[in-house]
Amino acid sequence: MQVEQMRLDGNAAGGMLGELFARDVTAALATCGGCGKVGPVGALLEYGHGMGVVLRCPSCDTVMVRLVHAPGWLRLDVSGTSVLAIPDAVSVS
Amino acid sequence: MTDKPFIARGFHSRRPTAPQDRLPPGQYETRDFPVLSAGPTPRVPLATWHFTVRDSTGRSVKWTWEEFQKLPHETPTVDIHCVTKWSKFDTRWEGVSVDTLLKSAHDAGLAEGRFVVAFCDGGYTTNLPIGDVAGGKAWVVFGYDGAPLPAEHGGPARLLVPHLYFWKSAKWVRGLQLLDRDEPGFWEQLGYHDRGDPWREQRYQGDP
Amino acid sequence: MTAAILGESNATRGIPEVSQPIAAPAAPRLEWRVATVIEVREETQRARTLVLDVPEWPGHHAGQHVDVRLVAEDGYQAQRSYSIGSAPEEKTIALTVERLEDGEVSPYLIDVLRPGDGLELRGPIGGYFVWDVAQRGPLLLVAGGSGIVPLMAMVRHHMLADDKTRARVPVRLLYSARRWDDVIYRDELARVAERPEVEVSFTLTRDAPSDWVGYRRRIDRAMIQDVSWPAAETPRAYVCGPTPLVESVATLLVEVGYDPMRVRTERFGPTGS
Repeated sequence: MQVEQMRLDGNAAGGMLGELFARDVTAALATCGGCGKVGPVGALLEYGHGMGVVLRCPSCDTVMVRLVHAPGWLRLDVSGTSVLAIPDAVSVS
Repeated sequence: MTDKPFIARGFHSRRPTAPQDRLPPGQYETRDFPVLSAGPTPRVPLATWHFTVRDSTGRSVKWTWEEFQKLPHETPTVDIHCVTKWSKFDTRWEGVSVDTLLKSAHDAGLAEGRFVVAFCDGGYTTNLPIGDVAGGKAWVVFGYDGAPLPAEHGGPARLLVPHLYFWKSAKWVRGLQLLDRDEPGFWEQLGYHDRGDPWREQRYQGDP
Repeated sequence: MTAAILGESNATRGIPEVSQPIAAPAAPRLEWRVATVIEVREETQRARTLVLDVPEWPGHHAGQHVDVRLVAEDGYQAQRSYSIGSAPEEKTIALTVERLEDGEVSPYLIDVLRPGDGLELRGPIGGYFVWDVAQRGPLLLVAGGSGIVPLMAMVRHHMLADDKTRARVPVRLLYSARRWDDVIYRDELARVAERPEVEVSFTLTRDAPSDWVGYRRRIDRAMIQDVSWPAAETPRAYVCGPTPLVESVATLLVEVGYDPMRVRTERFGPTGS
């Protein structure tokens, strides 16, 4: 089974990201710190499969978001994302 | 809003069918071999593959694929335990003992370290105390179940450290960095344990 | 990392324009709630719909999902995401679940759960893979297997709009399944397809009935060109189902000229459930 067949996307991380942000983040526009591509978090490629959330740029595979919920702490690394633009409400655009 | 967790009527955890002394706490046995990855599968031609052991001063020893194959092989059969709770018994591997690699490094004058970081194609890293990769506890393996290690399971070669949680058995491994200070790797930076002993349930930082 | 503010700054930063949000109240924090199972409906041999009454449910948009959490007596937990199949206009929500052989959660939801039981969930989740009938552009929906569920919420929402609105936003749906028996919402889709502004096409990839006149293969470029809206009409596309299907179809749509910003995807993983 190829890993690429199993990957999900940023939609699957919506619940976990929702624990942190007061707003939906799947519609947020994220700028890749590696190649500069801008796209919705929902369109990032999700790996991690049970250990945590790893969101990668669909263009260059840079790790843009890492999220692990260990007992007592929810750790977030967005060092691979240079800008995150989060809309105020679910914007059906 | 619930204060106590809501118990789902009639829901049970997977029943461990294996003898309890073989299964670390919180684990269940699987006959599959689940594929977990933090990224896409790297494709590395063997012609350009090499394995490096490097010390903190920058000195290194390196093997090409051919040279690596000429090192003494071992065929460990081991149980493996993933932090996502599945365990698989009697997995069969073929590879080179990390002791062999550390000895070559020592003979080449590399400084020993108290810790290692395994580094891999695709950028994955994991850290371990040196005592957990020495003394017959770890291998760099290129064969699984009698055949070449498939790419989705870490081929051409991966680290195998079966006495620790399987995220330490880094896939697509390309080398070991010897260090005097521990340096958390990919998952450890986000809260997973620096050592990861399944028998003590060392899943997360802070677990005793 | 900085959180940029939308509006004029988008243009100067080169970020695509995001239109005004539909009148939406501030989204409440995502919390776990215990819903009550009102009804269980059999859809196919492997799929069931759970109709749930969720206390203080804030409403949802078509395409959103919930996370379901099961906790056992001994504290063991399992969590999965399920798309909402019901239209936003309904007071209850409906999750259609397909039973995975060696699944951990789906067998519980299908074999054990019954009306009257509680089910813990949080949602609605998602702001990217959502659609509302107020959006412009003909709509293309491509489903693989259980990927039909969030797209059905969109279809049902479309059906509840007035005639004029529906005529302005025609829909084409392409649904790929292994066999006719695996097709969820069969009868409802037949009724929906009778509407002039909706076209439904099926492709069966494993087995087809002897009198089958639909497609019998994996979705490919020729099929896409047959059933989808021409790119010149600036359609919007939503693709959902197994990861390989979603990625292949999204690529094909862009190849035939769809604006990548108007193609939205939701991957369900290897088997599509």
